[in-house]
Amino acid sequence: MGSIYRTLAGGVRRDIALTCLAVWFIGLSYGAIAVASGFPLWVPAAQSVLVLAGASEFLFIGIVGAGGSPIAAALAGLLVNARHLPYGLALPDVTGQGWRRMLGSHVMNDESVAFALAQDDLPRKRAAYWACGLGVLICWPGGAIMGALAGSFVRDTNAFGLDAMFPAVLLALIVPALRDRVTLRAALAGAVIALAATPFLPAGLPVLLGLAGALALIGGRALA
Amino acid sequence: MKDTTLVVAGIITLSAGTLAFRLAGPALRQRVAFPPWAEHLLEAAAVVMLTALVAITALTKGHGFAGLARPAGVLAGGVLAWRKAPFLVVVIAAAGTTAVLRLLGLP
Repeated sequence: MGSIYRTLAGGVRRDIALTCLAVWFIGLSYGAIAVASGFPLWVPAAQSVLVLAGASEFLFIGIVGAGGSPIAAALAGLLVNARHLPYGLALPDVTGQGWRRMLGSHVMNDESVAFALAQDDLPRKRAAYWACGLGVLICWPGGAIMGALAGSFVRDTNAFGLDAMFPAVLLALIVPALRDRVTLRAALAGAVIALAATPFLPAGLPVLLGLAGALALIGGRALA
Repeated sequence: MKDTTLVVAGIITLSAGTLAFRLAGPALRQRVAFPPWAEHLLEAAAVVMLTALVAITALTKGHGFAGLARPAGVLAGGVLAWRKAPFLVVVIAAAGTTAVLRLLGLP
């Protein structure tokens, strides 16, 4: 832990702290929504620790809360989380070996991956990845449990523009990579394809389709 | 709530499957030595997916349009990020713009 702290520049530490704070607030609304949909506290609590992937948890709560089958909801959630496989392929060895790899893989999420990609060398990538991953591991369940306990006391957090924070955090982290012309073209192609597919496909598939489309259009050779 | 056993089974399925996805990437990276061009391609692939995720979470809600306030906020953040504004400024500006627009009655 001490070495994670020392390896990261103060600015990066502050950015990760802000990101975790935003995750905490989103967790707050997640817990409140879960309880309002008729789930007992342990459901968002267990999911936030064991699944630790917000979008799929919201989807699970939404499907089951509306009367859908929990197994169908889990499969829909898995589709949303399939992007973690290519995320893991994209990162150099940030997780480590043995139990570290178990925990390190578990804390893989959009934010920790984006923070790792934004750093220059392996030690900094590793430190940023772990700091953000562990921070989210604390803040997401913390927010979810507090939101579930507070229940209806939690007002609509969207009123404060919190729903704009998640895309803004990711965008801020990938902008340096997008300054590369070819990457930018591929990313824009992928985004357009994913957006066009969103009304028609189940959640999770549009992102994967966007990647496949971008690779086909721009070509793997150009991106390599 | 529905049958508790089924919900527990659903949560276990989702957690175990998600962990499998998360373990697969690092395990493969450890076993196979990728040439530098492949590593670069895989990193670009992650950036493409994150960009697609930004577009979807900024512009859509469920299968429909998210309204104007959120995309406008994210756009403001994006412009600031492109002009190399600090992370904190980007994120606060995005949330602030969205909040102010909602306060003004925009969806």
